[in-house]
Amino acid sequence: MSTAYTHVAVAAQPPQLLRIDRLSIGFRINREDVVPATRAVSFAVPRESVVALVGESGSGKSVTALAVMGLLPKDSAVIGRDSGIYYNGINLLFALPAQARSVRGKEIAMIFQEPMSALNPVLRVGAQIEEVLRTHLRMGTRAARARAAELLSEVGIPEPQRRLASFPHELSGGQQQRVMIAMAIACEPKLLIADEPTTALDVTIQQQILELLQRLKTRHRMSILFITHDLALVKRHADQVVVLQDGVVREQGGAQQIFRAPRDAYTRALLACRPGLDRRPQRLPVVEDFLNSDLRVDAQAQAFPERVRGVSADDAMVLIVNHLSKRFYLRSGLFEKQPLAAVSDVSFRLPKGKTVGLVGESGSGKSTLGLALLRLHAADSGEVLFEGNDILRLPPARFRAYKRRIQIIFQNPYASLNPRFTVGQILLEPMQLHGIGADDRERRELALAWLRKVGLEEAAYAKYPHEFSGGQRQRIAVARCLTLKPEVIVCDECVSALDVSVQAQVLNLLQDLQDEFGLSYLFISHDLAVVRHMSDYMLVMRAGEVVEQGESDAIFHAPQHPYTQQLLAALRN
Amino acid sequence: MNRRLPRTNDAGASPGVWRLAWQRLRRDRVGMASLYVVVAFLLLIAASHFGLIAADWQQEKGVSFANPSFLPHLENREAQQSLQLQTAQAQSDPSHLAQFRAVDPLAATYDQVQQRALSYQIKEPARAMTLPFGGDKWGRSVLAKMIKGAEISIAVGLLAALIATMLGTLFGALAGYLGRWVNDLLEWFYNVFTSIPYLLLIFAIIAVVKANPALQSQGLLTIVLVLGLTGWTGVYRLVRAEYMKHTHREYVRAADAIGASVWRRMFVHILPNISHIILVQLSLLVVGFIKAEVILSFLGFGVPVDMVSWGTMLDEAQNELVIGKWWQLVGAGLLTMAVFVTAFSLLTDALRDALDPKLK
Repeated sequence: MSTAYTHVAVAAQPPQLLRIDRLSIGFRINREDVVPATRAVSFAVPRESVVALVGESGSGKSVTALAVMGLLPKDSAVIGRDSGIYYNGINLLFALPAQARSVRGKEIAMIFQEPMSALNPVLRVGAQIEEVLRTHLRMGTRAARARAAELLSEVGIPEPQRRLASFPHELSGGQQQRVMIAMAIACEPKLLIADEPTTALDVTIQQQILELLQRLKTRHRMSILFITHDLALVKRHADQVVVLQDGVVREQGGAQQIFRAPRDAYTRALLACRPGLDRRPQRLPVVEDFLNSDLRVDAQAQAFPERVRGVSADDAMVLIVNHLSKRFYLRSGLFEKQPLAAVSDVSFRLPKGKTVGLVGESGSGKSTLGLALLRLHAADSGEVLFEGNDILRLPPARFRAYKRRIQIIFQNPYASLNPRFTVGQILLEPMQLHGIGADDRERRELALAWLRKVGLEEAAYAKYPHEFSGGQRQRIAVARCLTLKPEVIVCDECVSALDVSVQAQVLNLLQDLQDEFGLSYLFISHDLAVVRHMSDYMLVMRAGEVVEQGESDAIFHAPQHPYTQQLLAALRN
Repeated sequence: MNRRLPRTNDAGASPGVWRLAWQRLRRDRVGMASLYVVVAFLLLIAASHFGLIAADWQQEKGVSFANPSFLPHLENREAQQSLQLQTAQAQSDPSHLAQFRAVDPLAATYDQVQQRALSYQIKEPARAMTLPFGGDKWGRSVLAKMIKGAEISIAVGLLAALIATMLGTLFGALAGYLGRWVNDLLEWFYNVFTSIPYLLLIFAIIAVVKANPALQSQGLLTIVLVLGLTGWTGVYRLVRAEYMKHTHREYVRAADAIGASVWRRMFVHILPNISHIILVQLSLLVVGFIKAEVILSFLGFGVPVDMVSWGTMLDEAQNELVIGKWWQLVGAGLLTMAVFVTAFSLLTDALRDALDPKLK
């Protein structure tokens, strides 16, 4: 970095609070090579407005935010010479350290995606807020305590006086994020950078947090730089939208224009590849469809005919679940245990070749249910009939045969593949264990065929999982399931860790496989739109209980249970 | 070490884990240098084990505390004193004892013995004034002792560390993965085991091992067993914690879902993922055990007196340093032990990096 300082008279305040000018950041991976993260990114944040920085993983949106905060790793980050981050006219990149620090500490604040890991778990919430007040505003102990309570009530936490004495783990995810926001606005910043602040939260909570941010923005007359991967999320709240892809700004403009008439093909793709609530195309459009054609969004969507879903009375049932229950025990005190019903009395039927969607917020027991079907969790009571056999009660030796036929795809493709195995080993292992294929040569041929089927190159066979992107890894996980030629696949949030564009590809793949092999899916997700797109029949779970079940379209058009209505309302916003 | 590696993307051939690891290790200059040092030491101790070099380490070739040959003119009072003593004895005249002859009834017998003794030629081998890296108190070559000592010390350290690591890994894997009563049982055993004072435990194990007549002559095996059987506790706790963490990871669940057995999940899926921790523990234990052997030697439970190790050499060096004889300390401590221990630590560090495919 050069040591040239830019001295700018602060007297005349520029119209923009923050101006990013040709920001180029690269990361040094060894002595010679620098991988670019952003390339000449320019945009501005006007006073008292919300600017959304939208992009998928690897687009450089978080790197940009970190650069504003001065949090880039010093030894590996390389910043372009003509780059500028002008805050009130001062270039923070090349300002005197003391000057930059005073701006960043006082006038710019940041909130992060994971409130649980951003809060210190061993300190009380009150102490953490008061610390900010005492160090930055030099408040006394008593004044800080009073102000902390005020802040908590301002961010909408009930009984703020009592909550000051709580530990972070005693609060829900939404409340934790509210505490983070309280800490961020404690010093009355002019600019709040929110890095995916709602991604880790449930849909209903997401809306509340967005509304809170909007309220605070107006009251404190601050600007918000809102970073997200989800374009639809910022529709109502952003004034301006900047779309980033691979470190380059694809499009920027007013929110109205971006959502009504996106000019860039990539923006159009981002808007279209998310499953919608009113249509269900045969295939979801993917980014390539847009980059390779000049069609407009609606025309593009019309190109795919609609898929009709639903179950009929004469469907053959492959899996029948009756009164399944699973309790966990929480330790309380020294010897006592408190039962917690994770799944209580769940019954449903999975027809052959169809998809049953299972929707619910975090902690509703939907994953536990999926794991219990495969006996990855031991169920307490109930039965799971597969061809009339209760697979929960089968002795392990006889269950082995069924293990092949019911498989699972996990949420996080970064965690579900053994990092020490090559893709080849990952695909061969299940076949070796179940004696599929005569010898390893034949299995290798089979594995290569499955790789092609899920849309990967044969060269992938010799590589390790970390050499692939998230979407490609999820394809590997799908291929691993397929090697066993299962009849039922439990998809446990299998697209929720993926970018929207990649999500569309994986959903299309799953649909193609169902059409070709007649697979039955239990599709578990917190995302109602995705569940509606995929499923014929739907269960809505809350706190371990199925509150509503029925044909997907019926539930969508006329939800009966108030909870379902609430979920749909949050989504329609 | 933190370099992203360009990989050959030849589609057909699948390079094994070990070949990839080797490729990564090759790029690590520090790792390769330490690998050469460790291999050199291993060749050295193999050669000494089969008697190719340093087989004559017990022969007293030089004068007491012979000077290193690169410093031939150092003053060596000890050698001079002992030489003076020898000449004095040779020239000593027993005539001054004549006054006692009158009262000594055995005097005549002694005279005969004396006469007969003179008829034997005692041939003292010519002692060298300098040895390649100096000599010890008895005039043995420090260089030969360094090599022979390396053989014993490295063998003890490596074998004992291997035993301890394997025990710790096995117990830790069982307790961490199976949990429930297996965990309770092993935790109970661990608690009892660690509540006994360390030295007391060592004495107890030595007593048991020595009671076995088959092992009595095997001084080395005793130390290896003692260190190996007591050193597993740290590894056990770490490995157990890692297994508890990995048991609920999705890749292990996925392995369960495709029908991998418990054994397979434990040792084929999880073990390679925590191997870096075990490797680091192994290297720490090797270093620790080489030092522990010194303490055991001091307490009289170390290597037998007819053997030499770095421990016994360092023990001797304490007293020699006072009279200015530094070469045994430098030879055993600096040139061999410190070099080997450092190279070994660096090598395990490099191995850990090389074996970790996640590292970019």
